[in-house]
Order: sequence, then C-alpha cells, then structure tokens
Amino acid sequence: MKDLHVDGLGMIYELPDGGSVEALKDVSFDLEPGRLLTLLGPSGCGKTTLLNILAGFLSPTSGTVTLGHQPITGPAPERGMVFQQGALFEWMSVAKNVSFGPRMKGVDKAHTAAQVDSLLGTVGLQGFGDKAVYELSGGMQQRVALARCLANEPDIILMDEPLGALDALTREKMQGLVLKLWKETGKTVILVTHSVEEALYLGDKLFVMAPRPGRIEQVFELPFAAQALTSDARKLKASAQFIQKREEVLSMIWEMEEQIMGHGGE
Amino acid sequence: MTTTNPLENPGSQDTVRPPIGKKPAQRKTVTFGDGSEVTGSVPWSVISLVGLMVVWFIVKVGGDSAMVNDRTFPTQGQVIKAVYDGFTEGYRNVNLANNTWTSLWRVIQGMFFAIIIGVPVGFAMGLSNTLRGIFDPPVELFRPIPPLALLPLFIVWFGIGELGKVMLLFFAALWIIIIGSRAGVLGVSKSKVHAAYSLGASKLQILRHVILPNALPEIFTSIRVALGVCWGTLVAAEITGAEVGLGAMIFAAKNFFRMDVVVAGIIIIGVLGVAMDFFMRFLERKLIPWRGKG
Ligand SMILES: Nc1ncnc2c1ncn2[C@@H]1O[C@H](COP(=O)(O)OP(=O)(O)OP(=O)(O)O)[C@@H](O)[C@H]1O
Ligand SMILES: [Mg+2]
Repeated sequence: MKDLHVDGLGMIYELPDGGSVEALKDVSFDLEPGRLLTLLGPSGCGKTTLLNILAGFLSPTSGTVTLGHQPITGPAPERGMVFQQGALFEWMSVAKNVSFGPRMKGVDKAHTAAQVDSLLGTVGLQGFGDKAVYELSGGMQQRVALARCLANEPDIILMDEPLGALDALTREKMQGLVLKLWKETGKTVILVTHSVEEALYLGDKLFVMAPRPGRIEQVFELPFAAQALTSDARKLKASAQFIQKREEVLSMIWEMEEQIMGHGGE
Repeated sequence: MTTTNPLENPGSQDTVRPPIGKKPAQRKTVTFGDGSEVTGSVPWSVISLVGLMVVWFIVKVGGDSAMVNDRTFPTQGQVIKAVYDGFTEGYRNVNLANNTWTSLWRVIQGMFFAIIIGVPVGFAMGLSNTLRGIFDPPVELFRPIPPLALLPLFIVWFGIGELGKVMLLFFAALWIIIIGSRAGVLGVSKSKVHAAYSLGASKLQILRHVILPNALPEIFTSIRVALGVCWGTLVAAEITGAEVGLGAMIFAAKNFFRMDVVVAGIIIIGVLGVAMDFFMRFLERKLIPWRGKG
C-alpha cells in the first residue's frame, strides 16, 4: 500500500481567447493508505481537475504528485477510475467489462472467470455476467463500473461523482456498497461528490474546496464512515452529531456560493 | 421503525435476478414520436407493393398517349417475360444472370477496396493531427466531385475494361467511407478512453477494443450510403464501353426500343439494392447489437 503526496499543485487552463483559469492553486496534502477521502465544493472549484491530475489524465502546471514515491506521469492500472456514467463498454457483456483490465494484461482465462464471478457477487450482481450493459439500470451499471475497477486491483480508487446520476434511494444503497468495498478491500479511495450528506457519511476525511482559484478551504477528520460499520445508516444520518457537521459544512458552502454570486453580479 | 443497514447487506434490497425466459410484452401507451416503436409493418408493405402494381396496370390499360403506348410502356406480362427470357436465352447473347453478376461483382470490388483503404485512412484522420493535416486537402477536394465527371479521365487512364469501372466505384465510395470512419473515431467518449487507459490498456488495445467497436455503427452507416451511390454510378458508367452489365443491357435495349428489357433491368437493380441493404441491416444486428444504446 502506497502513500499519496501532493505538493504545491497548481493548474492553469489557457483559454482560446487568451485568458486563463486558475483551476487549482497551491494544493498540498498527504494521504495515508486505506483512507477514504471525499472532495466537496461548489461547481468549478477544481474537483474534477484534481482527480484528473491524480489519475494522470492531466499534467499540472506546477507542483508534484507521487504515489509510493513514484511521480505520476500518466494513467496507470495502480490508479483505478470510476466515472459518473457512460464509461462502460456497451459492446461487451457485463463479465467482459469487469474482466477488461486482467484480459488486457493477459491474465489466464480460468483465473479471470473465477475473479469476475466473485466480484459480481461482491457488488450484488451474481448471475448478470452474460447480460449486455445497456440492459442494466443506472445503479446496476455503476456496480459494474466498481467491479471493473476492483478487478484490476488498483492501489487507489478515484471516483468522480460516481453516484451523481442515481436516484436518491439507489444512491443510499450504493453508498453502503462503496463503504463495504472500502472496508473489505482496505484500498485508498478519493471520491468527488456534490452531496454534503454523502461527503460526510462516506468520508473518513473530507476536503471542502473553494473556487477562484480552486483550493482546499478546510479539512475535516470524520468519524461517521467508521461508525457506519456498526450502526444503521439512517439513524447515523439523523444523529445530532451528523446534523451539526452537515449544517456547518453547508453554511460554509453557501457562503462561498454567495461570494461567487456577488462577484458575478459586479 | 425498522430500517435495514445497507452497509451490513448492501445487496439485500435489490439483489435483482436476471429475468427468466423472454422479455415481457411491451405495454407502451406512447408510441407516436418513439423511434424505437416505428419498425414498419409487413402487411402494409405488401399492400403498398400490390398498390404499385395496380397503378402500373391502370396506367397501362387506360393509356394511349405519346408517353404511354405499346412502344414506350411495357405491360407487367412483357416485363416478366423479358426477365424469363433474359435468364434463359439472354439478351443480345448475354444471359441476364451474367449481366447481373457482372454489375454486382463490380460494386463488390469497388466497395471492398474503398473499405480496406477508407477505414484506415478515416481512422488515421481521427487519431493524428499530422495525418489529418495530410489527408484533409485531398479528401475535401475530391469529395464533392461527382464520380461520373471523372469517367472520361478514368477511361483514358485505366481503359474501358474492368479496371476503369472498379476504380470509378472505388472513387465514388472512398470519401464517404473515410468521412464515416473519421466521424466514428472522433465520436468516442473521452471517459471510455480514459477508463481503458486506467485499466492498463495499451494504445493498440484501445484502438482494437474501444475505438474500433465504438466506430462500427458509423462505419456501417457509411457503407450503406456508399452502396447506394455505387449502384447509381455503376449503371451510368456502364453506358460507355461495357458489353456486359445491367447498365449496358439497359442502354442497348433502349436503342432497340425494348422497353420491357429496360424495365426488367431497372427492377433487378432495385431489388439488388434492397437485398444488399437488408443484408447490411442483418449484419448490423448481428455485429453491433449495441447500436444506439450507448
Ligand atoms: N479543459 C478546460 N479548459 C478550460 N477551462 C477548464 C477546463 N476544464 C475545467 N476548466 C475550468 O477549471 C475550473 C475547474 O473545473 P473542474 O471541472 O475541475 O471543476 P469541478 O469542481 O469538477 O466542477 P463541477 O462540480 O461542476 O464538476 C472551472 O472554472 C472550469 O471552467
Ligand atoms: Mg467535476
């Protein structure tokens, strides 16, 4: 298991009209293995940009990122990615999607078949291997995306609003699944969300980010993900402690939004 | 109040099992404007065909004018006989099967070369700035030229034999296939490519397992369009310097006022075109069942 070090990260997008956007400014943090970090913040504060840099899809304009002391220079199977939607290969069956990573590496068929079966069981889709992905609901498709990512045995899993396109009930169930997988696999997870509740419930660490320039505004260490192991999800989310944290974070974000609106109105 | 903790058993509430047997019957109430509901109706197609025959019959029976008379307008019986004679005795020493096959074979060859050249060129143009830069001028310049305008040149260069005709069809189809393949490559979603990279796929594997399948629907569409264009071009091309072929037969027959043979040729071209399109649609269902479902 590998430590993630982010040091002085900055990202400036050059715009075609000659201007530029400072999507990230001086972002630094360390993340120990096995943490579940959630990223929350108003639209445009650089969450996707940060995740894309960690995934290796973007190279930052300044700063460094290392995973286990190795600098990140491009995408690699050690860093798995789960997208909001539409990243499954609809020309492959569910099983072929899940086994994509191992197959590309040339792992032998018998081994991948057993692994796919067990992973589909883990995400609650046993018996769905031969289905076409376009026959599944949105929630089931995200389960496939999770299984596909896990099949590759990454050190760290990056998720950009993985549950953002799901309805509220499916979303809560999927939150449970994300927590379960995190606990069972012990992997490092970084998850971007727009939902304050989700960020608090899933994260054992939370960054609230602020825009213009995109930066980490505040860091929270949270107890709820650990408590979720033993207590009921709905009760936990209704507890005084949870509500108090939720209001605290919400008002922070509202303040930011108001500032943005104020700027926009000038 | 009893609530289950999704964490303890995340699959418990919606462990959905695959449905047994067939899909349940569709019970949609809104079908107007729902494209997936408009797949045609065989009975109505039969009625439509019969209707066309009836119109033909009535026009012929009732007509005695400059346009419709015995010299210019054959009866259905005459056309059927022309087809029969064509396949048994042939017309002007060439069997109709030979004419049909010769034309079909020219189309197949032209399409074959257009596909094996056009798809890689289209892919190259969708994948590399350099190659896009190199291929853009010829593609954009040649694409709008009607193939028939080049017929004189092709005859001079490649002769009046098979090569000239196949080259002409190749030329007619090539640009359509290039553009279709390029669009297919450019249409691949970034998140799919990113996902594949994160799963450890190499560039070649991404080309083979992500970009190619993603482009197949567009390539198929372009092949179907190109086939139509090829038939149109071929028949016109066969006017000059061809002894065998449906176009050649039609134009020879015209000179002798054998309108039954002309119409027989036209109908065979139409039927072939429809048959090829059916075949392509069949292939499409087999090869790309995910079409339109991404
Ligand atoms: N490719 C790009 N070119 C130019 N500017 C960009 C590009 N991608 C993002 N930006 C800008 O960078 C800033 C951060 O974008 P980013 O997508 O990272 O935000 P986000 O926090 O993920 O937002 P959201 O919550 O809406 O997904 C925004 O102001 C955005 O307009
Ligand atoms: Mg985003």
